[in-house]
Amino acid sequence: MSSNESRLRMSTQEGITQVEFIDRNILDEGNIQSIGEEISAVIESADAPRILISFDNVEHLSSAALGTLITINNKVRKKGGQLRLANIDPQIFEVFVITRLNKLFEIHESTEDAQKSFSA
Amino acid sequence: MTASHGQTESEHVELIDDRDLIIEAEQRVLDAAERMGYADAARFAIRLALEEAITNAFKHGHAQLPPTTTVGLSYEISSEKLTVDIEDQGPGFDPDAVADPTLDENLERPFGRGLMLIRAYMTSVEHIGRGNHVRFVFDPNAPVDDD
Repeated sequence: MSSNESRLRMSTQEGITQVEFIDRNILDEGNIQSIGEEISAVIESADAPRILISFDNVEHLSSAALGTLITINNKVRKKGGQLRLANIDPQIFEVFVITRLNKLFEIHESTEDAQKSFSA
Repeated sequence: MTASHGQTESEHVELIDDRDLIIEAEQRVLDAAERMGYADAARFAIRLALEEAITNAFKHGHAQLPPTTTVGLSYEISSEKLTVDIEDQGPGFDPDAVADPTLDENLERPFGRGLMLIRAYMTSVEHIGRGNHVRFVFDPNAPVDDD
């Protein structure tokens, strides 16, 4: 599998960058690293980045993927930005609960709810 | 090599750090679990534990070893129980020394959650020898712990 191929779909609307995963399984370390680098580039290019990550269609993720999300969250906060997660499958949400990362991240049921939650 | 004895299936394979081969091996365990009637949530848990344990074996266990060094994966499954053994050839580690990633002071650390996820999802987890061999057991009929 080529690591040069983007594993993400990204779009920006009204200053909010929405990120979706192409893969159903976010497990491969190489892909996870690429995902982290791609989102980090968006964060670096904005003054106060507003990022919405949608987990629509994601069926599995590993602790390495959680680690990358934490790194992204730390970078967004350092730049005075906001990060929201949305559309998380109940089985994956349980992983966030078990690791208590539901306390660290702002998680919304839908992308619509997440979009409304951003402050200007 | 796979084997089937009545209502039990088992296999031992030596894995190299090749993503496609690892996915194939994990899928054989999951397919066996499906044949044995394990529910979707059970297969989610098994996949997660396999993924984390195999990643730990190569990433941490074999950090100082040649990339061709193999990790042993064995499993035995029945409708009552799945037992998985994953053994690397590294120096091992002390599982009790791994920091609790759910503590407030560790929540923002981007690592150290693999082992706790295996422990959370499996019925029992045992570290054998110098810590380079993990055995986990999953009982598909065990009551779900909601804590």
